[in-house]
Amino acid sequence: MAEQNKVILYGTWTRPYVKRVELALKVKGIPYEYVEEDLRNKSPMLLKLNPIHKKVPVLVHNGKAITESLVIIEYIDETWKTGPRLLPQDPYKRSQIRFWASYIQQVFEALVMVLKTIGEAQEKAIKEVSEKVKLLEAGLKGLFPDGIPSVDEYSKNVTLLDLVILANLGGYEAQEEVLGVKIIDSEKTPLIVSCITALIDLPAVKESRMPHEKVVAFLKFFRENALNSAAA
Amino acid sequence: MNPVHKKIPVLIHNGKPVCESLIIVQYIDEVWKDKAPLLPSDPYQRAQARFWADFIDKKLYDAGRKIWTTKGEEQEAAKKEYIEILKVLEELGDKPYFMGERLGFLDIALITFYSWFHAYETLGSFSIEAECPKLISWAKRCMQKESVSKSLADPKKLCEFLVEMKKRLGVE
Repeated sequence: MAEQNKVILYGTWTRPYVKRVELALKVKGIPYEYVEEDLRNKSPMLLKLNPIHKKVPVLVHNGKAITESLVIIEYIDETWKTGPRLLPQDPYKRSQIRFWASYIQQVFEALVMVLKTIGEAQEKAIKEVSEKVKLLEAGLKGLFPDGIPSVDEYSKNVTLLDLVILANLGGYEAQEEVLGVKIIDSEKTPLIVSCITALIDLPAVKESRMPHEKVVAFLKFFRENALNSAAA
Repeated sequence: MNPVHKKIPVLIHNGKPVCESLIIVQYIDEVWKDKAPLLPSDPYQRAQARFWADFIDKKLYDAGRKIWTTKGEEQEAAKKEYIEILKVLEELGDKPYFMGERLGFLDIALITFYSWFHAYETLGSFSIEAECPKLISWAKRCMQKESVSKSLADPKKLCEFLVEMKKRLGVE
């Protein structure tokens, strides 16, 4: 009986894929226990729960483990019918949201490349991510032909795609500070920025928002490490 | 129709495009939900099906590609990796199909790779059936369905295609 309905999330605070799941749980008002994992020293429990990929996030519900952030979020949406529906009913809209949520993975990986490189390699990475971000912006235009909803509307209608945008791209200002380069900004990517700005104001999101300085410090550390191992 | 990835497959329904194969399969399942549901109804089972389909997507294509684009030690490693992935999938259950008594989402995600086995076996000089007999029984079971056997590519033609590609890419 103790296992019934108990929700545990195994994660690492720096990982956007974990953040996506946290946001989904918070937005739906699902109580959960959080276990922070040190990825340099993975716990036996994590390895037992996710033997295939050995990664976070892992959601455990009723004693059963679910992995892969987008799979987890769909599971959450199908299991807890309270709160906003993270995927709409219409199959076409669902396919659009799944497509763009999956595309953001590529955008994010391209952003990480910018963090990990310098000089010519970085210029190349910046070019690549800028093209991807442009496509994403165009995609959002198709999904939100009347512009981004207000915070109030969002609180009832936030979707899986919004959570992914926030988790993976929400740190754009910190990234700008660390890199001195604007990739996502209100001029080049107004919809992405409006989306993030509106979402940040949601109560469920506000309470778990990482302070800007902490994100900046982490990104600096991440970049230094990456450049050092590349140089080694 | 697919300005983002510029790839196939693209499904066009009612004039609107849907891209990315697993997204398309789910779309088909949701639109024609009264005919032979592909995903189970239980959320945890669905999560399992999606997880394993994602695993197949992430691992199998690239591992297979390495078999015909490499040689010597690299190819041996590629063959080993490919078999390991198939063995993981083989362990997924003892039912006739991956999620039960009926062909479903995960079977669809994997069965299309079956057409390539003959080509890989020929080009890699190994037998997948010898290593993964359970998987091959499952594949043959799927092939008994006309909807599958008539849809899949001819393994011999795929093998010829890869031989041609090898020449073109200069991999000998």
